[in-house]
Amino acid sequence: MIAAHDLRKIYGGTVVLDGVSLTVPAGHCLALLGPNGAGKTTLLRILATLLRPTTGTLRIDDVDALREPERVRPLLSMVAHGSHVYEDLTARENLRFWETLRGGDPAPSRLGAALTQVELDGVADERVRTFSSGMKRRLALARVLLGQARVLLLDEPFTGLDRRGRKWVNEFLLGFKARGGAAVVATHSFGGGLGVADRVCILGQGRLLLERPAADLSADELHRLYESLTDSVEDAP
Amino acid sequence: MTITRILGWLAAIGLIAGLAAGFGYAPREAIQGNVQRIMYLHVPSVLTSYLAFGLVLIGSIAYLATRRAGWDRLAGAAGELGVLFTGLTIVTGSIWGKPTWGTWWTWDARLTSTAVLFCVYVGYLLLRSLIEDPDARGRYAAVVGVLGAVNIPIVHFSVKWWRALHQPSTILGPEPSPIDPAIGLALFVNWIAFTLLFVYFLSRRMEIARREEQM
Amino acid sequence: MSYARRAWIILWKDFLVERRSKEQLNALLFFCLLLLFLFQFALGPDRERLAAALPGLLWLGFILAGLLGLGRSFLAERENDCWEGLRLSPGDKSAIYVGKLAGNCVLMAVVEIILVVLFGVFYDVDLWTPAAPLALVLAIGTVGLAAVGTLFAAMTTHVRARELLFPVLLLPVQVPVLLATVSATQALLLGQPLADVAHWLKLLVGADLVYVTIGLLTFEFVLEA
Repeated sequence: MIAAHDLRKIYGGTVVLDGVSLTVPAGHCLALLGPNGAGKTTLLRILATLLRPTTGTLRIDDVDALREPERVRPLLSMVAHGSHVYEDLTARENLRFWETLRGGDPAPSRLGAALTQVELDGVADERVRTFSSGMKRRLALARVLLGQARVLLLDEPFTGLDRRGRKWVNEFLLGFKARGGAAVVATHSFGGGLGVADRVCILGQGRLLLERPAADLSADELHRLYESLTDSVEDAP
Repeated sequence: MTITRILGWLAAIGLIAGLAAGFGYAPREAIQGNVQRIMYLHVPSVLTSYLAFGLVLIGSIAYLATRRAGWDRLAGAAGELGVLFTGLTIVTGSIWGKPTWGTWWTWDARLTSTAVLFCVYVGYLLLRSLIEDPDARGRYAAVVGVLGAVNIPIVHFSVKWWRALHQPSTILGPEPSPIDPAIGLALFVNWIAFTLLFVYFLSRRMEIARREEQM
Repeated sequence: MSYARRAWIILWKDFLVERRSKEQLNALLFFCLLLLFLFQFALGPDRERLAAALPGLLWLGFILAGLLGLGRSFLAERENDCWEGLRLSPGDKSAIYVGKLAGNCVLMAVVEIILVVLFGVFYDVDLWTPAAPLALVLAIGTVGLAAVGTLFAAMTTHVRARELLFPVLLLPVQVPVLLATVSATQALLLGQPLADVAHWLKLLVGADLVYVTIGLLTFEFVLEA
């Protein structure tokens, strides 16, 4: 589904990504671990076609995403820090806006169904300004559901969520995978996401330091590897 | 760069020839006197600035179409030179105007159009200086560059009609009198010299920009 | 007709956001009132001087209000990554431009009607008799102002010194629109028929077509932040 090869990104002299390659087949989830500044957000944005890499190739659903970003955008959905919500609109209005802009079908029944699935139907007609960050994140995921994305890119989806919120995102991801979607979850916390990940990779200073099936590592092993790899990268010149 | 060096020498020769033609060879104009000689700087200046903004237009469209940095360097360098030559046009026009019309500034059609053009492209340079990301800078500058260039004829006509409303055109307008072939020749020589100088500066400036980007 | 629906939903959204947070429009309208006083005090109590300067003052008022109102076109998109949401939405991005342009034209129309009424009342000028041809000039001129204003507003949203750069970019480009509309307005207020200002109208329509076309063609490049 996602096939990235040797992605490199240089910002005015600084190498932010230094030859990253990864593949995520349909129905799989890749967890992207790394400290702040490792390049996770940059990598996600490149996968989302929001940013062009300096060199490298990217294919999404077997389409060259760098040459034809418009062809792959209907398949993509990204939920980053901002969650794309207009604070002065209600949840329902936000969904109606984004779904119409996408060229989809903003029928009230569809909007209602999506809101119910993310458990926001009770506050559907309240302004988003009154929502907690967890609720805003759920609204963003409702947008993903409506949009029927097949590739989901999540940037730090667990930040600011309590245990229940994190469990909720995990279940969402499971459902997404079950429907055949491919997901990449970037996180620097170990609290969530690893349960649903099929593969784990660690990004440090723009390079992939590790890439393994999640089943091969226990949580402790992963933690230790993470510490040692990221420390050694920081010590290196 | 050898070609650049040759251009530099040609430009220098051209300028000397132009000065000689304008201030030595060409006759003293009957009505306006020696101050009319500044026309040999003023008219080539405005023609060169049009060349510059034409290149800004071409570079801008080409950059949007191909995203190759070279086109943006062309647009940026041409924009800078265009502002320079437009400024020169205004200053020489002003110097010409003072003894001829009695004021440093007058809202005649050409000066006004040139001043508006100056402002548009100063804004263009300002925009370029405020954006660090080369891709965003190239794109945004290109949009302004295209709009600014396409706007030139619109500005020209609106100012011309506006002028016609307020004052009849003066007889002593800064129009070159093509009657005397000597004046025409001197004008031509200076125009060639300015164009050579422009191309020389342009290639130098683009080279500097290219080196800056590589660093 | 997905394009029209997408342009419409942008207009719908902006209208809702504006209606919910009324501060913007109210402040803008109050600003118009302040402009009235400003012009009066700047030009002095001489009625005739004010009347002679009226067409210019009217358009100065529109432009000043326009600088404030248009410059903020995309501020809502700066929050919560909504700008990126727009970028990621599939389809022809110029539909977003059309929606924003329509919204800005409505905003300018409200501002202009208020200013015209205020001018008529406070400066005791008859703006009712030439109302129809005047409205035509206003409409055509405003499209030109809004077309470039919307494009530049999008452009300056993420640039440093946005509030300064926006007027610096917009005003020189708007010179022909200003000259044409003021000349036409002046002629109309003096009682001349519409036919007399036909050349100005043609210039304005031509300029509008150019500006809107460039906006449509280049908006997707501007959207890519």
